[in-house]
This record gives sequence, structure tokens and C-alpha cells, in this order.
Amino acid sequence: MSTPAVEFAGVGRTYPGPPPVRALQPADLIIEQGQYVAVVGPSGSGKSTFLNLIGLLDTPTTGRYRLDGIDVGQLSEPQRGALRGRRIGFVFQAFHLMPHRTATENVMLAMLYTGVQHGERAARAADALASVGLAHRVAALPTTMSGGERQRVAVARALVNRPSLLLCDEPTGNLDSATATAILDLFDDLHRTGVTLVVVTHNDDVAVRAQHVITIRDGILEERRYPTEARP
Amino acid sequence: MRVLGRWRRPHAVPPARISTRDLVREALAGVLQRPARSTLTTLGTVVGVATFVAVLGLTATTGAQISKRFTVLAATEVTVEDIAADADLEGPPFTPDAESRALAIDGVDQAGVYWFAGSRPVGRLPMADSAKLDAYPVVAASPGAVLAMRPTLAAGRLYDEFHDGHRQHVAVLGQAVAQRLGITRLDTQPAVFVDGVPLTVIGIVADAQRHGELLLSVTVPRATAEDLWGPPASGDPTRMIVETRLGAAQVVAAQLAVALRPDAANRLRVTAPPDPRSLQEGVAADLSALFLLLAGICLVIGAVGIANTTLVAVLERVPEIGLRRCLGARGRHVAAQFLTESAVLGTLGGLAGTALGATAVVAVAVLWEWTAVLEPWAVLPAPALGTLTGIVAGLYPALRASRIPPIQALQR
Repeated sequence: MSTPAVEFAGVGRTYPGPPPVRALQPADLIIEQGQYVAVVGPSGSGKSTFLNLIGLLDTPTTGRYRLDGIDVGQLSEPQRGALRGRRIGFVFQAFHLMPHRTATENVMLAMLYTGVQHGERAARAADALASVGLAHRVAALPTTMSGGERQRVAVARALVNRPSLLLCDEPTGNLDSATATAILDLFDDLHRTGVTLVVVTHNDDVAVRAQHVITIRDGILEERRYPTEARP
Repeated sequence: MRVLGRWRRPHAVPPARISTRDLVREALAGVLQRPARSTLTTLGTVVGVATFVAVLGLTATTGAQISKRFTVLAATEVTVEDIAADADLEGPPFTPDAESRALAIDGVDQAGVYWFAGSRPVGRLPMADSAKLDAYPVVAASPGAVLAMRPTLAAGRLYDEFHDGHRQHVAVLGQAVAQRLGITRLDTQPAVFVDGVPLTVIGIVADAQRHGELLLSVTVPRATAEDLWGPPASGDPTRMIVETRLGAAQVVAAQLAVALRPDAANRLRVTAPPDPRSLQEGVAADLSALFLLLAGICLVIGAVGIANTTLVAVLERVPEIGLRRCLGARGRHVAAQFLTESAVLGTLGGLAGTALGATAVVAVAVLWEWTAVLEPWAVLPAPALGTLTGIVAGLYPALRASRIPPIQALQR
């Protein structure tokens, strides 16, 4: 049996306040390598807290979290940062691209802190951009790209370090429906190649593409599983 | 969902790192991608460093100019005065051959004695009631003394040894006196009556580089004055003025008292100008201290400008900081990047400021026909001063940037 990508054992998060707010109730969770998981829930339910914890942007107040078998609770903050840079890829609703840098330079940025030699970065960035269908736009600036293209650049940046986990926060939130569908098709393709995907969304059209759906209500994690044949 | 019951030891996680080359590359990219902002940010440093270089350059240039002036005028003048307790008892301080004794000293160009022969009524006509005439100072001076005072003539000539030796009744008027008396031309050989004694005006002095009081006086030959009004009164002692060659004043002053009165050298007080080098250094030091203070203030203002703009840039780039943190950057990586950007901006500002300051010094020197003086010690480290300013100014913003948590950054 392979090591799960994500293991939560009683992981919870309480903000000290005052008054203290229990944003995420202690929960157990395993996401296997290669799974495609959607996280849904209303605003204020704890989705962002879950995303921050799983993305190593925040630390749990209770429980233990293992990423790729590594107990992150035993890591220092710099080690958690290094692990985040190497093992997790982020895709944001607002793309977070550097407007003055080309698509290639934006993707290369992901390798800046991971020890990849400068000469190797351009080639890997070009490969990543080609894998998301942007081989013809490597020299384009984000300001000259469509929303879909920008999000593809962001996906390429998230994938270029070959992460264990691709975390997407409302990845289609700023896109029209046709472009959103194209991005979701891309995620399906990535899933088929074995990438582990966790997509936080409030859009059911996005959630139904996933193998598993985790619902968060009032800080409590629940799981729904879509039968493969029921997926649209 | 399932929970595994056993936990493995954490794997070794290679630390996030960024090479110096990448850091500089990122900083340059950050600076060059926002040229307008970068230019505005560096303006403070440009002004500060330019002021620094210009001030030091202009100080050196004007210092040299001041020194030159001091050297050619004050630094070539030596005066000798009688400090006898009772001049009437001890006799005249200067022997009749005092001038030739002084001129025998190597380095002496002109020498002569003079004294103030009192304020006396002066008119164009002999008047029985001299109280109705205006009184003017009368200076008795040997021809050498008059020459040493560096007069410029508006008309006529100066008297010479012949006039003095023959006790001729001639006078040289200061231009102000001549105007008051209505004397504008000398071809008619005008005369003035001093204390009722007629003196032929042979020259009008328009200017005197030393002893400007000549312009307001009637100057007569020494022997003539003695003949007319007797030896100098004890309240107005005789003085000697000596003009030396450039750089010889100190040496001449050291020998003068003994040369003039080997029997009573202590009776004479010789006043030499201050050493031109120490004078120059003193003036330059005073100016440098003042202007360095001003340049320092400019640099502080420049640093505050950079700090302010960099802080605003940090706040504007919070999403970028969050992204970098998501990509594995540590807080100190972010701090190093902002600090490097700030240092790059400071260095660019320092280079531009140095060029601007040097140009200003040369321009001013050309305009005033001075010799531009730019000390290497002031010009060469100036860009480094910009770098230092940038680093100091970037410290706080960099610290702020490093402390922005990625969660907060990504919420923008």
C-alpha cells in the first residue's frame, strides 16, 4: 500500500480570539495518492481554514498531520515552508501571476527556492506550459492573456515542481463557464496522469467532477462519495 | 476515509534556499519592471548623493579660490609697528635707512614707513578761518609704503623718491576726497591747501588693495610731512608696511625686526599673515563641516524617501509576498529580496547622484572661471554611500515584508 498523500488524525483549528473560535473541529481524513477531492461548503464554514492547514500555511491546534508520510508537526517553520514549496502546488482564484513577467518566468518562479539550477528552470517551465496547452504562449505576458490562459499558467506553475498535492482554491471563480469547463477538463487530465487534486469550491459543477467530495459545515468535515458512473 | 494507526519519522526536508545570483536577479527584475516607480524612489538618493558630491566639490573649489585670494593679498603683507613704552624718550623707531634695510631681505618687494599725521582742514583756497573747511585724514607715507598699499590710480601718478628726498609739496588724494574738493582732472595742476599749506595734487587714487583708507585721505611724502608738521605724534606711531613675494612672508617676518633695529629688536612688533596653508585648511575645514552637515541632512531625507516608497511597495506587493511564501520562500528570503532591491535602488541613485554632483561642480567652475577641484576621496565612495543609504532605508520595510504571514498575503 502506498503512503497516503494526506493524513489527518484529529486535526482541528481554534483561533484564540477573544472569543475563541473553533474554525475546524478535530477530524480524521486520508487522501490517497492520485485522488481527486472536492471540498465544498457555505461561506464561513471552515473551507479556508481547511485549505490553510492542508497547504501548510497554518498549523493545527490539535491533532497530527502527515503529508506524504512526513509528520509536519515535528517540522520547524522553515522546514514546513520548504516542504510546502516542494510537495504542494497552489492554484488560486485570482491567479497570483506576476504581471511584468512572461508565462515562462512566472512558472520558473516556483523553482526559485527549491534548488533547481537556473539553466534547468526554463526547460522545465516550457514543459509544464506545454502540458497545459500553452506551448505557443511561453513568452506572453499575463496582461495579454485571457483568464483561462492565466489560470493554465498558474496550473503549470503549481505542477512544475511535480508536487504530491495540487491545491486549488476556487480555480474557476474568475472564469466564464466555457473557460471554467476547459480548466476542469484540464484537472480531469491531470487526475488521469496520477496527480492528487484537492479543489476547494462552492460550485457544484466543479465538485461533481471529483471522486470524493468533502463537505464542511460549521467546521465539521463530512464526506460524500460520487459513484464514478454518476459523475457528469 | 480511513486513518492509519502508525506514524513514520519525519523525512529530512531539504531547506528552501536561493542563491545570491538569483537574489540579485530577482531584485534587478523587481527594480527594472517598475521603471517609473524605481526612478521616483531613487530621486531622494540622487539628490542626497548629488548634494554630497557637489557640496564637497564646491567646497574644495571655492576653498582653492579663497586660498588663492588670501595668498596673493593678505599672505604677502607684513607690518611692523613701534611698541616702545615711551617713543619720545627712546627716539624714532625706524632709522632713516629702514627701507633699504628691509629691501635687503630676500623676498621683500616693497617696503616703506607711514603714519597718520592727523586730521587737517583741506580746501581748494587758502582761508583765514580754517574751521570752515572740512578736515580729512592726512597720511604721511614713504613712496615704498604707498606702492606696498597697491593703489590703483584714477588719474596722475604717485610721488617717488625724488619728491620725498626733496621734500616737495605734493599730495595724492583719495578719489572720495578729490570728488568732495571738486578735483576731477590734473592737467591744470590743481592745488589743495592743507592747514593752509599749498600742495600740488599729482595723483588721484581710485582703489587700494591694502589700506583702503587711502581713498578717504590726503597722502603726502614722508619727508614733506615731517618738514611741515614734525615727527609723528606719540599717539600715532610710525608703522612699516612690507610687501613680500608669494610664500616669503613668514621668513621675512622672522628676520625683519633684527634687520631694522639690531640694537633694539624688541621694540618692534612684526605682524605676519597667518600661514596660508593653515588658513586654507581652516577655511576649508569650516566650510566642509558645514556643508557635510547639509549633505548628511539631504541623505537622511533621501533615505526617508526610499524607506517610505519601499514600505508602500511592500504593502502593494503583499500578494506577491504571499505567493513567494507559498512557493517555499522563507521570511528571510523575502527580506533579503526587498533589501537587495533597496540596495540596488540606492546604488543606482548613488551613481546618478555622483554624476549629477560632479557635473554641477564642473558647471559652476566653468561659469565662474574657477578651477574645478574634485577630490577622489569624495567622489569615488559616493555610489557606495547610495548603497548604504538604500540598505539602511530598506531595513524596516524588509523586516515588515518578512513578517507578513502567507495567509494574510493570499487573502488580498
